[in-house]
Amino acid sequence: MLLSAEMNTPNQLSEALLAEHRPVLFRYALLQLKNTELADDAVQETLLAAWQASANYEGKASLRTWLIGILKHKISDHWRRSNREVVTFDFDEINNDDSDAAEDDYFMSNGHWNGGPSTWNDPEAALKQQEFWTIYETCQNNLPPKMAKVFMLRELVGLEAEEVCRETGLSDANYWVTMHRARLRLRECLEIRWFNNPKPTEENDHA
Amino acid sequence: MPSCREITFLISKGLDKESNLVERLAVGLHVLMCDRCRNYQTQSQFIQKAAHRYSEQLKDRLEKNNKLS
Repeated sequence: MLLSAEMNTPNQLSEALLAEHRPVLFRYALLQLKNTELADDAVQETLLAAWQASANYEGKASLRTWLIGILKHKISDHWRRSNREVVTFDFDEINNDDSDAAEDDYFMSNGHWNGGPSTWNDPEAALKQQEFWTIYETCQNNLPPKMAKVFMLRELVGLEAEEVCRETGLSDANYWVTMHRARLRLRECLEIRWFNNPKPTEENDHA
Repeated sequence: MPSCREITFLISKGLDKESNLVERLAVGLHVLMCDRCRNYQTQSQFIQKAAHRYSEQLKDRLEKNNKLS
């Protein structure tokens, strides 16, 4: 039987309770470290540290928020140890970007679409194509940093909206706006780079 | 009448959070008449699905890349 974090007295965080959060922690670590083994290690160290320090867990923050806090330390420890230029996506180092008012490009002043979504041909088929995923990744990486962070924490890591707000310091209202802008941008990017872009077929390759 | 700008915002929000009846009706009526917002609706759902799929595949993808490099 699983007890909720609140019902546990301090220093009784069970391994099972901690392990429940492993998938989210792993996805979080993987997005930053870009390496399965390193991510695995960071999560392992996090869970161990959490288990050892469970007396310090006061149940004020949600358990997952507390664990993510520990994980962030483990990840920055890693960067410090490896002592090399960090070119990866660091959730903590980005704050502002130019994403304000970007949405206005998509709509005219009367609120109607400016351009706007055309019909996509067979999106399901795209999911099966390797080339599509390369484009998807490019589009996702092209989002302004803060927007990318919000979108990834929600859709890739799988945090709840409130957790994303806590992690990023966004208000509830700004969260909805940011997610919406991220979707508008991704949509446009995928449309331009994939759905409206004639794909090379075998015939073209041989032409 | 809510504009396309407002309707698409409600569509996005509905992907994350249960919309209320008034919002669902507004979106439902609007997309009956508006092709572009109807496209936005299916495409934003598709993007959510793709993001989840990307996340599931990320581990394999990175392992493959690591082997290549």
